[in-house]
Amino acid sequence: MDEMKYSMAEEIKVFRSWSSPFALRIIWALKLKGVEFDTIYEDLTNKSPLLLQYNPIHKKVPVLVHNGKVICESLVILEYIDETWKQNPLLPEDPHQKANARFWAKFGDDKVMQSIGGGVLLKEGKEQEEGFAASMEDLKYLEEEIRGKKFFGGETIGLADIALGWLAHYLDIFEEIVGLKLIDQEKFPSLAAWKQEFTNAPIIRENWPDRDKLVTKFAAMREANLGKGTPK
Amino acid sequence: MAAGEQVTLLDSWASSFGMRVRIALAEKGVKYEYIEQDLWNKSGLLLQMNPVHKKIPVLVHNGKPVCESLVIVQYIDEVWKDKAPLLPSDPYQRAQSRFWADFVDRKIYEHGRMILTTKVEDQEAAAKKDFIDTLKLMEGELGDKPYFGGETLGYVDVALLPYCCWFYTYENILNFSLEADCPKLNAYCKRCLQKESVSKSLEDPKKIYDFALMLRKKLGVE
Repeated sequence: MDEMKYSMAEEIKVFRSWSSPFALRIIWALKLKGVEFDTIYEDLTNKSPLLLQYNPIHKKVPVLVHNGKVICESLVILEYIDETWKQNPLLPEDPHQKANARFWAKFGDDKVMQSIGGGVLLKEGKEQEEGFAASMEDLKYLEEEIRGKKFFGGETIGLADIALGWLAHYLDIFEEIVGLKLIDQEKFPSLAAWKQEFTNAPIIRENWPDRDKLVTKFAAMREANLGKGTPK
Repeated sequence: MAAGEQVTLLDSWASSFGMRVRIALAEKGVKYEYIEQDLWNKSGLLLQMNPVHKKIPVLVHNGKPVCESLVIVQYIDEVWKDKAPLLPSDPYQRAQSRFWADFVDRKIYEHGRMILTTKVEDQEAAAKKDFIDTLKLMEGELGDKPYFGGETLGYVDVALLPYCCWFYTYENILNFSLEADCPKLNAYCKRCLQKESVSKSLEDPKKIYDFALMLRKKLGVE
């Protein structure tokens, strides 16, 4: 019997919410690689059965579905995208440089997001002061890492830029809401320059969620968190 | 090991994160120098090699440090790629491995940390159920395979196996039996401990328990 060879049309779906910075990473990565995809917007207060079927463990966005194969967790998805579509690589070839990129991506999620998102945005008083102090430490390390480079990935946007990229847009919004300056031009000149570079980069600049909507959303999130009773 | 290769591991004997790196290096047959770190009196070398986190494990390869246990394991897999591959070659399978290793990091590590730092009388029934449910999810993922990696040890095995010597501690504090509640996982641990790369990398569960009790006394929860 003759084997029919045919090329299957690629089917790529991204489950996201309009505001999730994690989901934005996937949008950026696919667009930077020129990969076409369908977007499914989720209302995270009313998750679709399909999302819960695709991500039963974490029940979160983003989820990537590629020809029926489901991948969850943004950093896992990013590596999958980089390995599947090899144009405009997000990770370098050299294992040590690769490890470095992964280290800073993880640092962003484990530390920076906690100190800034958890500590500064969602807290007040002494807890916020502690969050602010922690974020200053974290940003200092990022400042040292980015110094002398256009992007964390070097000349082009890499995995760490995509993982940390939320800082370039969301941070201004958080700063406005809490009335505190985090990435001060004088304190963190290299990081401030990177913010500008990244936020205005092609693809990135066309995909930021609406600023005013984000302000409303995160201000409400802060209020809700503060109204939850006495902090521990 | 190629001539001129210098591989050093900064580690602490009881660390489940350090054990991951030990297993990976053993699987690959990499010769290395192990330097035990005193985490209450951190060495200049540790602070120099991991200035951001000041934590172990740190792998130093030809003078260049790599930090964060799963980042290190992937590095080892990429550098010593000709022997015992830990991650599969197919991108989707790799994604699945990364997902489950991340799950171990987030869920099992978090549960373990809670158990370790909570008084016995404050350990809630709900938390115990959650922990066992999490372990059952791992059992589900293992299925009928001998290892998470299939026929050979893989990335997820390396992430999870150090907990095999910590389960005795959790059983004692939380008052449950892995054999009774998660027999498949229990059998998996026993099976893996028959491999030299695992048994030589893990510590005696009773020594770990003594260490945990000492930690708990220090924290005022024992």
